[in-house]
Amino acid sequence: MSEVVKKFMYLNRKAPYGTIYAWEALEVILISAAFDQDVCVLFIDDGVYQLTRGHDPKGIGMKNFSPTYRTLGDYEVKRVFVDRDSLEARGLTQEDLVEIAWEDFETEEEIDNIVEVVDAARVSALMNEADAIFSF
Amino acid sequence: MSDTIEVDGKQFAVDEEGYLADLNEWVPDVAGVMAKQDNLELTDEHWDIINFLRSYYEEYQIAPAVRVLTKAVGKKLGKEKGNSKYLYSLFPYGPAKQACRFAGLPKPTGCV
Repeated sequence: MSEVVKKFMYLNRKAPYGTIYAWEALEVILISAAFDQDVCVLFIDDGVYQLTRGHDPKGIGMKNFSPTYRTLGDYEVKRVFVDRDSLEARGLTQEDLVEIAWEDFETEEEIDNIVEVVDAARVSALMNEADAIFSF
Repeated sequence: MSDTIEVDGKQFAVDEEGYLADLNEWVPDVAGVMAKQDNLELTDEHWDIINFLRSYYEEYQIAPAVRVLTKAVGKKLGKEKGNSKYLYSLFPYGPAKQACRFAGLPKPTGCV
């Protein structure tokens, strides 16, 4: 177990396919979570498309990693946020997004969906409290 | 990337750490041959974990890190199996790394 726990914030800003950013970001997030860091993820700008339902990238020969976002809960990432302005600018609502469940194995506390849509003020507060911010 | 292992007379490409290059090629005998290389005899208990990893990958498209595996095994197969002591007794080289290799999956996300 690591002794120093830092608050890492990941900004996912790009569309899921077309570049490798979204998939690489997800791997980095899972790895830092596996090393017991305090991880928070924010989907913003075109990054909100990473969480939309019904991905089917077969035609472009890419792996569909949409289901992998649902493992964030297994990796004990509990804080997953989506920027409301980015959603609205793209005609999306929370109903268009996948749900990510979280469960505490010890206490059996369960949360059906940890994805939280937040406004600009909350986004800036989250950024302020982070020790390190990674933008993908 | 030129390494291969032979299973039932057929060659399977593996990477430099012994993980199967193409997970779609996997057949159960691959696990048996890899286990023999590691001096292990696969039991039903090993297969529970290997099959569990394959279905986890099928569902989520990643191989889970060891802590996540432990937790998920406990949930699916019972708490007495969801602990690292039990899993290490089955897979002494590391339950996630070794079992994923037998299962034909890539190295787990979160392992270095």
